[in-house]
Amino acid sequence: MTAVGRINRAVGPTLMGRVRRRAEFGLILLVLVIIGGAYTLASLGQTSSVPANIGPFLAVIGGLLLFAHLAVRRLAPDADGLLLPLVALLNGIGYVFIVRLKPDLAALQATWTAVGIVGFTLTLLVVRRARDLERYRYTFLLIGLALLLLPLVPGIGVSIRGARIWAAVGPISFQPGEFAKIAFALFFASYLVEKRELLSMATWPKFRPLLPDLKHLGPVLLAWGVAILVMTMQKDLGSSLLLFVLFMSMLYVATGRPAYPAVGAVLFGGAAYGAWTQFAHVQTRVRVWLNPWPEALGRGGQTIQAWYAMAWGGITGTGIGLGRPDKVYVVESDMIFAAIGEELGMLGATAILITYLLIVGCGLRIATRADHAFDKLLAAGLTTLLGFQAFVIIAGVTRLLPLTGVVLPFVSYGGSALVANYVLIALLLRTSDDVTKREARQQGTGRAKAGAVH
Amino acid sequence: MDRSIRRVGVFLMLLFCALFVQLNYIQVVDAPDLNEKPGNSRPIDVAFSEPRGTVATADGVVIARSVPINTKKKLQREFPEGDLYAQITGYFNYSFGATGLESAYNSELSGRTPAQQVEDVTDLFKEKDRSGNLKLTVRSDVQKAARAALGERRGSVVALDPRTGGVLALWSYPSFDPNPLSSHDLEKANNIKRFLENTPGKPLLARAYREIYPPGSTFKIITGSIGVQTGKVTPEGPTYPVESSFKPPQTTRPLPNYGGELCGGTLFRILAKSCNTSFARMGLDIGGPAMIAGAEGFGFNEVPPFDLPAVASVFPDEDFSQQLPTLAQAAIGQGSVASTPLQMAMAAAAIANDGKVMVPHVVAEVIDQQGDVVERKDPKVWREPINAATADTMRQAMRQVVAAGTATRLQIAGVDVGAKTGTAQFGSGRPLRSHAWVVAWAGPPGQPPVIAVAVIVEGQEGLSEQTGGRVAAPIAKQVIETALQPMPAPPTPTTTAPPTTTVPGGN
Repeated sequence: MTAVGRINRAVGPTLMGRVRRRAEFGLILLVLVIIGGAYTLASLGQTSSVPANIGPFLAVIGGLLLFAHLAVRRLAPDADGLLLPLVALLNGIGYVFIVRLKPDLAALQATWTAVGIVGFTLTLLVVRRARDLERYRYTFLLIGLALLLLPLVPGIGVSIRGARIWAAVGPISFQPGEFAKIAFALFFASYLVEKRELLSMATWPKFRPLLPDLKHLGPVLLAWGVAILVMTMQKDLGSSLLLFVLFMSMLYVATGRPAYPAVGAVLFGGAAYGAWTQFAHVQTRVRVWLNPWPEALGRGGQTIQAWYAMAWGGITGTGIGLGRPDKVYVVESDMIFAAIGEELGMLGATAILITYLLIVGCGLRIATRADHAFDKLLAAGLTTLLGFQAFVIIAGVTRLLPLTGVVLPFVSYGGSALVANYVLIALLLRTSDDVTKREARQQGTGRAKAGAVH
Repeated sequence: MDRSIRRVGVFLMLLFCALFVQLNYIQVVDAPDLNEKPGNSRPIDVAFSEPRGTVATADGVVIARSVPINTKKKLQREFPEGDLYAQITGYFNYSFGATGLESAYNSELSGRTPAQQVEDVTDLFKEKDRSGNLKLTVRSDVQKAARAALGERRGSVVALDPRTGGVLALWSYPSFDPNPLSSHDLEKANNIKRFLENTPGKPLLARAYREIYPPGSTFKIITGSIGVQTGKVTPEGPTYPVESSFKPPQTTRPLPNYGGELCGGTLFRILAKSCNTSFARMGLDIGGPAMIAGAEGFGFNEVPPFDLPAVASVFPDEDFSQQLPTLAQAAIGQGSVASTPLQMAMAAAAIANDGKVMVPHVVAEVIDQQGDVVERKDPKVWREPINAATADTMRQAMRQVVAAGTATRLQIAGVDVGAKTGTAQFGSGRPLRSHAWVVAWAGPPGQPPVIAVAVIVEGQEGLSEQTGGRVAAPIAKQVIETALQPMPAPPTPTTTAPPTTTVPGGN
């Protein structure tokens, strides 16, 4: 039995871990206050009365968050203390808006949140070290592909609003693509760990300076192929872009060579152009993106209504429950950011942006502090996935990009995405826990050595 | 590897900065334009969901109010009396706007006038319901009497208090129910509007103040007033020749009396018998410029300062020196003379009020939700075309019309009544058709008259001076009799009244 083993078992959480858990608990209480206040305001705005069920509401939300907190305390005691409260804030604000916009969906969303936290806990419980996942590389690839293709299986796949990204088994329908993204992130992290030396050392042929050797482009082409598949078979532009950016960012992190994402971007641009020439729905999206006004009552209406909503909110917003975000089509899922922009104003919308940036910051910090390449790649990939997904949909709502049907992580209505994103956060926390433990061990051994000297 | 991770972080941060810039553009820079876009229904929603005051008659009957409807926190404008006050209140619609008081007093009803916004300094720091309630001069009993008396005949009834200019009744038939037009169901409202626009009789037209008709013989009170005021006419003379027709200069076409009757004499006699020939001669004696100035003194050729969007009545403003036959026609209210019922009521009221035309109005007070008067319409003189002596002479002349002339049906025991009937031919088709008119004032004997009335019933068959007295005078009589009764007590608030967000504090 080594000293390391004793520290791990006997000492439990490090000093850093204890500080983090205390901060996490305090921040979760703060988040509860914010969510409770927002919930009360939404009710006051709509019915001029304090909600009768504010007690039970806070008890359920508080119970779920406390459960997650205790799970972290027990299973990843040294993990980052900011991620969970940040995620809880997004989840809570999103929930309040769903209650305010579509009260019928509230119970379902609460159930999905509970399932998400169970998934979060199970992930922490099952995955004791993120690095352990490295060896299931091809399993994850197969899982990812299977999940991605599931909606295309006749009898299981369902097409909703033009995108064939749903699978229905009995009464439960979900978007397997949300989980496929995580599986692909895991596969890519382990694949790149093995190949990264080769890829970053690869010399580019002199006679063809723009392209590296074809055999090194394998992963890029694979990513490209998957993205094309998603784009053409499922008509899901948003997920296609998301997967592609996930692969490219991980490739860049692994190799440090911007040429890979550059080549990838060119390839993706070509594919997107091809899709634009081939598919009417893509042309519609692009046309409406460039100028929605001629189709204000048709295809452009959703974007225009989102703009009206956000403009009406102005800097400070109308107040929760006092705007008319119900004028925006599917405002509870894809367009929920428009509702936030209207009722919380630019200040509230910016706070949401900052929350995502803080999550991105936490995730990337975990990645830089990890000492194992797999951990680094996985943390960076998962963080990019989350951050870029938030960007894509907010950019769609604000017409910075064509609108694509991806959900705003943790905020939009939708069970699959919520559960998948909680699993994602659990993986980040697991990595963070590893990192802190290792640092503590190094410091511990350092101190032991120093003690020996004196 | 860490450097690449940081660069990915910087990349994501730049993306979010772009989002922040775009948010600034939408929510700050472009927001004023976006809020003004025609397709943006949010500003309209606000207008239709903000508190809006009630409209109530002088005796406290609520005729317009806003009630919450279950969907989307909206308020529905409701007109509990249906068609009775439609041409006063107008309607209040989402997509095609408002008419009547709902339009003219929109700022007051929604509480946006400066006086309502800041009643005292503390108002600057308080959020409160600033909407205003309108209290009208219109009396529900007189209004109902007007509707009942006119019945289902196209026409109009206007009753004023001559002393103040306050409207006591303002009715025309056909009318419309403003409720469906104010519905939030825009398609339904649009269909009903289109239907009403294509309905014969134009129910949406507020005839009382937005339609002009030849006033016919009722205009003789104005010609007579000008004659007396200019000194050309006194009760004693001139004595106009008794004749059945008169041929003005510059024409060979004679101007006949009604039914070719022999008619003539002094002022009281010719007004009582409504001699066309005599008043044509009187108009020529007065002369074009004085006739124009006199008619304009009563309010013709100008939009009256009414608080509803009235139209101007017309007296031809031309050089009559080579158009003497036209002047002769104008002097008896024919030719191109045209008047709103409101204008003729104002003329009768001027004679009743010692020659002063008061500013006509339907709104008496604007009252805030605390019950304080924000704005009061004090009686104001608009015009003074004749002096008190002339007015007294004309009142005597008009009494003769009731006592022994064409308006004997207006005799009311114990009430001092003066009137003038009229029958205005319109169109040239056969059978002859005419509008039956009466203008009148009434009050307790020995005191200033308290009511002036103008009644028109459109499109009566035949053309006889009796028509106005036979058809229109009984309507005026019922209205006058009702107005002379004490004003009914305000209705006691019932528990069944629908909940209103705007408490009717003005009752």
